[in-house]
Amino acid sequence: MTGGSSAPLLEVEDLRIGFRSPHGVVEAVRGIDFSVGREKLGIVGESGSGKTCTGRAILRLLPDHAELSARRFVFDGTDLLASSEHDMRRIRGRRISMIMQDPKFSLNPVMTVGAQIAEAYATHARTNSREARRRALAMLEAVRIRDPERVFAAYAHELSGGMGQRVMIAMMLITDPDLLIADEPCSALDVTVQMQVLAIIDDLVRQRGMGLIFISHDLNLVASFCDRVLVMYGGQIVESCAAAELHRAAHPYTRGLLAALPRLERPVEELAVLERDPAWLRPQERVAR
Amino acid sequence: MTQAANPVPAIAVQSLTVSFGEGAARIHAVKGVSFAVAEGEVFGIVGESGSGKSTILRVISGLHRDWSGTLTVRGAPVGIRRSKQFYKLVQMVFQDPYGSLHPRQTVDQILAEGLFVQGMGDRERRIQRALYDVGLPAAFRFRYPHQLSGGQRQRVAIARALILEPRILLLDEPTSSLDVSVQAEILNLLRHLRMQQRLSCLLVSHNLAVIAHMCDRLAVMNAGRIVEELDAAQLRAGRADHPYTRQLMRASKGYDRKTAAALVSYD
Repeated sequence: MTGGSSAPLLEVEDLRIGFRSPHGVVEAVRGIDFSVGREKLGIVGESGSGKTCTGRAILRLLPDHAELSARRFVFDGTDLLASSEHDMRRIRGRRISMIMQDPKFSLNPVMTVGAQIAEAYATHARTNSREARRRALAMLEAVRIRDPERVFAAYAHELSGGMGQRVMIAMMLITDPDLLIADEPCSALDVTVQMQVLAIIDDLVRQRGMGLIFISHDLNLVASFCDRVLVMYGGQIVESCAAAELHRAAHPYTRGLLAALPRLERPVEELAVLERDPAWLRPQERVAR
Repeated sequence: MTQAANPVPAIAVQSLTVSFGEGAARIHAVKGVSFAVAEGEVFGIVGESGSGKSTILRVISGLHRDWSGTLTVRGAPVGIRRSKQFYKLVQMVFQDPYGSLHPRQTVDQILAEGLFVQGMGDRERRIQRALYDVGLPAAFRFRYPHQLSGGQRQRVAIARALILEPRILLLDEPTSSLDVSVQAEILNLLRHLRMQQRLSCLLVSHNLAVIAHMCDRLAVMNAGRIVEELDAAQLRAGRADHPYTRQLMRASKGYDRKTAAALVSYD
């Protein structure tokens, strides 16, 4: 690994993502700067704010009609923009991995989950199938699956949502990545299952010194789980703060989102409705591509 | 709370039991549940997935026909089959506004369908009124669902239910697939319409804060049973007796490593 403990894992400057369409380029991400170290970074925002696009861009998993540009887009010394597809295949899964939103759609339905986890390991490590199986079972145990042998032999549809999400986490962590991107990993889960899944990610981040980008629309969850938070609106970062300080956010958008949440401890007659201000979308200079 | 005003409840459910599957694979989704929704009241059912809360709504709305127990709506017993009059009285709004509207019908056709089935005239005025009531511009009438945002679709789904002037509204997680800012708009709209039209509502949600905001009373469900009934003030004050309810309240407060470690199953 390069760099000292203080060097960020990922540095992003002026990242822009657009999608070509018959009506011109639709800008999804409009010039954002951030960096991630060995910490839990939350990205919050509404649907369409560009948070998922940002996560996918880091793995260069955008569709062909997407246009990606940045002044700086570097992961641990590697320029992600200049990397070839071949280089990216060595980064994806091994150095950076991603937990997707819904395990039902992200797992292969016709392959046992054990075989999928073992395959993830075997793809990136020079190993034999017995060792891959042993590692996969150990990983299932690490994500606190009580009966790893049974789950190893199960298909995705035989597992509950919480189990499926644990299997996804096991698959993403078996290669011991440096950076984990979790895109709404909990939105399909019940609150108690969500807590257990987060505790597993939390422990693994601490024990392995991983960096985590946690993408979510749930402000309370991000405030209580992450170290730092970026708030995205209309493809821009409108606010960045320590997660514990999120309730004291200054930007009217963040304050509007917080006020719109019904709260157990604070009864109101009418919930505050977010009033969007066009000025939040400050005009962007177009960067020559 | 509001029970004293009218002794005949809008909905009364007695010993409702629902099972799926046959033989060894038979699953008891609802195990002898009883509750009553008073006239004009908003009653909530909160619980996690698989607790049976949505199944209860599907039984009341007639979408699930294999059940036993007693169900009365405004004092009249309701059987397995439902009459046209029943659907004039009881309407439902579903969780997913992307899945519950016909993709090849315009808003106008979606709203007119129920009027046609119920033989209600004056469609022009009713459709305009329904769009106005849910805060949609009149021009949206000839749009297709894919031309609307998630929040706008949910408004159409609410308009579709209310255009028949029902007295009872069943709400199945009406905002859980929406952004928080849109959720606030839809919850405000439902609260407003419910007061204006004096509707009785049964709201199912996994979100305690949404339930507390909307409901007068609520039942907490776990593994097919109601573990306790509370009013909103008791819920807000944290005065829950059952350990499952208390655990749900702790887990809803956000992530905490100690709380996560202390979670137990109450199945």
